[in-house]
Amino acid sequence: MTSLLSLNGLTKAYPGVVANDHVSLDIQPGEVHALLGENGAGKSTLVKMIYGLVKPDSGEMTLHGAPYTPPEPRAARAAGVGMVFQHFSLFDALTVAENIALGMEDAPKMSALSEQIRKVSDTYGLPLSPDRVVGDLSAGERQRVEIIRCLLQAPKLLIMDEPTSVLTPQEVDILFETLRKLSAEGTSILYISHKLEEIRALCDAATILRLGKVVGTCTPRDTTARDMAEMMVGKVLTTPKRTTTELGKGVLELREMSLPSPSAFGMPLRNVSMTLRQGEILGIGGVAGNGQDELLGALSGEMRAPEGMLMFNGVDIGKLGPVQRRDLGLLAAPEERLGHAAVPDMSLTENAMLTGAAREKLERNGFLNWTSARSFAERIIEEFDVRTPGPANAARSLSGGNLQKFVIGREVLQRPEVLVVNQPTWGVDASAAAAIRQALLDLAQAGAALIVISQDLDELMEISDRFAALNEGRLSMPCPTEGLTVEQIGLMMGGAHGMEVAHV
Amino acid sequence: MDLSAINPILLVAALMSAATPILLAATGELVVERAGVLNLGVEGMMIIGAICGFAIAVETNSPVFGFLAAAAGGALLSLLFAFLTQITLANQVASGLALTLFGLGLSALLGQSYVGIKPPRMGDINFGPLADIPVVGPILFSHDPVLYLGIALVALVWGILKFSRIGLVLRAVGENHDAAHALGYKVVRIRTMAIMFGGALAGLGGAYISLIRVPQWTEGMTAGVGWIALALVVFASWKPWRVLLGAYLFGGITQLQLNLQGAGVAIPVEYLAMSPYVITIIVLVILSADKSAAPGSLGRTFHASH
Repeated sequence: MTSLLSLNGLTKAYPGVVANDHVSLDIQPGEVHALLGENGAGKSTLVKMIYGLVKPDSGEMTLHGAPYTPPEPRAARAAGVGMVFQHFSLFDALTVAENIALGMEDAPKMSALSEQIRKVSDTYGLPLSPDRVVGDLSAGERQRVEIIRCLLQAPKLLIMDEPTSVLTPQEVDILFETLRKLSAEGTSILYISHKLEEIRALCDAATILRLGKVVGTCTPRDTTARDMAEMMVGKVLTTPKRTTTELGKGVLELREMSLPSPSAFGMPLRNVSMTLRQGEILGIGGVAGNGQDELLGALSGEMRAPEGMLMFNGVDIGKLGPVQRRDLGLLAAPEERLGHAAVPDMSLTENAMLTGAAREKLERNGFLNWTSARSFAERIIEEFDVRTPGPANAARSLSGGNLQKFVIGREVLQRPEVLVVNQPTWGVDASAAAAIRQALLDLAQAGAALIVISQDLDELMEISDRFAALNEGRLSMPCPTEGLTVEQIGLMMGGAHGMEVAHV
Repeated sequence: MDLSAINPILLVAALMSAATPILLAATGELVVERAGVLNLGVEGMMIIGAICGFAIAVETNSPVFGFLAAAAGGALLSLLFAFLTQITLANQVASGLALTLFGLGLSALLGQSYVGIKPPRMGDINFGPLADIPVVGPILFSHDPVLYLGIALVALVWGILKFSRIGLVLRAVGENHDAAHALGYKVVRIRTMAIMFGGALAGLGGAYISLIRVPQWTEGMTAGVGWIALALVVFASWKPWRVLLGAYLFGGITQLQLNLQGAGVAIPVEYLAMSPYVITIIVLVILSADKSAAPGSLGRTFHASH
């Protein structure tokens, strides 16, 4: 059987770094081929070369046995290669149909196109209405727009760059269903991810990249996730561990907190009550959009609470803003790295200054001490293994995983009494995620109290002492993680509170 | 005070004429902004159009050639803006302000020998018996061709933006230039075309003032109309028909307050004079409250990295 696409000795160097070093791989027709690797392993560069966005320095590609050198994405699309980007290239103010029309060389009339979109979305089980404005869609629905845009051009090879990093578990199931169907019809899929369980469930073959080189291939179904992770990282992985600790006194208390959401499409918080004790990690799960952002905002001080709802060490802090709460020792790291947790165009030193000024004494009488700020930033980079040339680089220039390490590290190193994090390992590779989780555990070990809000249930089960779920702005009663079954968690996420039976 | 001196039919007919310069300039700027470019040089392009149109109309004794020259003059000046912002990636706000100052100065220089001259008149379109219909006739069928062109352009811009492929691409470029580039659209080329279209319409609007509204040449005669057009685009939420509504509202109140002044109403002249600005802004703010529809890449510099 001849391969659909084969890469032979592809090399691409950027100043100071060889992104791809003689990479070779073969993709068979109808195969789901995984490309595995840590952040910075060269996965993105490789697929950009296949999609015509980047030209290789040397090496060759053949498609259907013929030489293949796409000068631009248009040529790649014409040759039957489609790509779904990690960060969607969509237009918020336009409708689904308009977005799809823009990605086609010769788009049919809008009415005919809408019909085609309906047909494809029915065939592949991707519900999507062509008339909706993309700005109102969820991340999963946006991804469907991109996928359908590719499918309408009947690609032979579909490249998917970390497609599940923004999806809920249900959406992941729908996506996998679609991909299996496509592969059964003969479309090959190049699937980039670092979520190993997903790859084991979906892919037929895997190529593993480390530092720009192919370090191994395997059949994911017959290889354990751990073995793949170790090939990817190149060392033996340690799972985050904690020794059991005595829980201290209650430090943060929410009393029947009800707050409206600041955004028009947000979810208000409804009667949220809990007590957080020293040395404890409280994991909060739930499907995205059920009040996670609002809860973080209410705790960080971006949203103020009426009197008597939020107590910190016995003091009512509901009326205090983020800066005063930071002074007291209540720190937070929001989900959105670029634009919320960090200012994209400011350097790492400046970003370190922004949240660290008070607690790290980087400021005196309104004057900023840049020397200390730089050494604080350097300390974060050092201790959290942030891969960047130095603290003078803009936050935007860091890859997602590296910026995430920086953003979490910045808060952890400020010795918080209470730390609230939302999606601490979102879009972060296995070893970095393990490092972040270990840092959170160490922090709790040292006596701090943590609230970890996450979509990743495995992560919550791994590190938290107690688990609660947010559902439509209500928080279920927290229960000890140990011995919690998947069914119980499902019930909590579905909205059954305490021992009540769900009312269907 | 004698309100009966105000003839409502003449008032409506006059407001359409008063609104046309703003309408033309704002329609052009709307297209520019929908492509993601903020050109604050509307005033400068208008005054250049006013003098180019005036000079050529006088020299050729043809108002039609005058208007053509005005459009060309405005487009030429806007090309300077396009060069600064699209090729050398200069800041759009600063470049636009510079364009206005440059246009005002250059027009004063060009216009020195044209002060005090009367331009050839452009006749109204003869609609024959239609013009004799009571009320409707004098309001709708007694105007010059450029006024009708202005309304037609609003309809045309609306239709193209909404229904055509080129309009879709233009909106896409304005909405997210990085994504448009990734899909292979020529962002700089599309924006340059939009900027020139905006310049041409601003030039037409300026010439409408110097050839039809006033008609004579004086320095700085556009008197801020370009700025009103800019504001109108924003308050109209970048929608063509709302631009028409806003322009007519502004023109209407301008005419009405002039008539009221003439009739000797006991309101201080200053209040009457400011009323068009205030009322237009209030109405359009209320209209635009539904949803802010600013193009996503408006005013942002595009650089095709990688």
